[in-house]
Amino acid sequence: MSSMNLVLFGLAVMGGLGLLFGAVLAFAARVFAVEVDPREEAIVGCLPGANCGGCGFPGCAGYAAAVVKGEAPVNRCAAGGAAVAAQIAEIMGVTADATVRNVAVVHCTGCGANIKKYEYIGVDDCVAAARLPGGGPLGCDYGCLGMGSCEKVCPFDAIHVIDGVAKVDEDKCKACNQCVDICPRHIIALEPYKTKKHVSIPCSSKDKGPAVTKVCTNGCIGCSLCAKSCPKEAITMVDNLAHIDYDKCIGCGICAQKCPRKLITVDGKVPVVKPAAPKAAPAAAAKPAAPAAEPAKTETEDK
Amino acid sequence: MDLTSLFSIALGAILINNFIFAQFLGCCPFLGVSKKVDTAIGMGLAVTFVMGLASAVCWVVNEYLLVNPAIFGEEGPNLAFMQTIAFILVIAALVQFVEMFLKKSVPSLYQALGIYLPLITTNCAVLGVVLLNVQNDYNFIESVVYGVTGGLGFLLAIFLFASVRERLDATMECPKSFEGFPIALVTAGLLALSFMGFSGLSVF
Repeated sequence: MSSMNLVLFGLAVMGGLGLLFGAVLAFAARVFAVEVDPREEAIVGCLPGANCGGCGFPGCAGYAAAVVKGEAPVNRCAAGGAAVAAQIAEIMGVTADATVRNVAVVHCTGCGANIKKYEYIGVDDCVAAARLPGGGPLGCDYGCLGMGSCEKVCPFDAIHVIDGVAKVDEDKCKACNQCVDICPRHIIALEPYKTKKHVSIPCSSKDKGPAVTKVCTNGCIGCSLCAKSCPKEAITMVDNLAHIDYDKCIGCGICAQKCPRKLITVDGKVPVVKPAAPKAAPAAAAKPAAPAAEPAKTETEDK
Repeated sequence: MDLTSLFSIALGAILINNFIFAQFLGCCPFLGVSKKVDTAIGMGLAVTFVMGLASAVCWVVNEYLLVNPAIFGEEGPNLAFMQTIAFILVIAALVQFVEMFLKKSVPSLYQALGIYLPLITTNCAVLGVVLLNVQNDYNFIESVVYGVTGGLGFLLAIFLFASVRERLDATMECPKSFEGFPIALVTAGLLALSFMGFSGLSVF
């Protein structure tokens, strides 16, 4: 009987204490409730929810909090694009600025995909392969390894390895930066999509001309013809590689016409060389000579 | 109860029987939140607050509900065996309360303390202080003084430690294998060693 009493009293004391503290905490939760801005929840509601991090904030909720605080513009969500920007703008009561849509571009054509240094048998993943001697089995030190780390990481199914090189589906790409970050070769970059003609130089090789021709059929040899031909001086040569400044580029495509390697693309296609038809043959004939002439030039530039 | 005994309890809790350096209680937050002086002080104050409050509430619970509870009449049962679980309940509720309070009033501190704030619940220094109160037969005032000064001892320890660690990070080049946590443990050991100097100290 007394042990029964003990159990009952024990239960009563603990239960009573629990109830008391529960009540106090419930009351405190009322008093110390932190109001979450309803706009924040509304913004989270209209964001895609992929938590891709393309906006630079930790996930969609982090971005929503930053927008409500006024620390981020309403049009940062690359995945949602203009539609989401407009919704957020409506919630925040401001007008959305036009967004420049970016797409990821793989700076490799994959023309050297068949030239290997050695046979690679191992994990089918670029990040793993890039740790091996020579940075992976590919002949070119700068080319796409073609094992699809970017394909695996893409939350939008927008990048696929086709014939040994990664290709971006520009309609699906939301410019979330995930493939850019994972690529061990750092050959993927974001470029503005079709605000005008989209001129692109799909090569990342910093090797000199002869070394490039050994491992690839159309890599940039650093001849700088494109830089010289550009009417807006939008192309600069850095480490034997041409770079386009998209703030200056007007999309005229002259560089693509001049490129002896037929590398530069306009809206994803290498244009047919049209002017100076008679000269086309000598230009083609002069091509093998060009790499031989270029290294001397670049060497002097380096020094 | 006189002032000298209270002073003796306070000095004992802060220096001689420092909760971290002499009794090795509450080492988790001591090592976890001591990378920056600001957050270390915040953690120390939060622990001090919880320890003081827990001492007061637990003394009342112990005196009136567990040991010879008068509310159940003369022949009431002795529920002293439930001390640990009852005290943990009190501490958990208090920590919840402090968490809500900080989230509302000092959000920056709330962010900085992060996971360690709810971990005060399982900080053995807090449970240690209330159990020691019972063990030492302290009365209400003594309990509260012991709780608050024990917390202050924790604050002193974590503040000293964080200052040393901050300076270590900024200036000292230590061997690669010692970087980070190992050197922090060595630092803690040296600090504890220096606190041993207080061990022979007796007051009045």
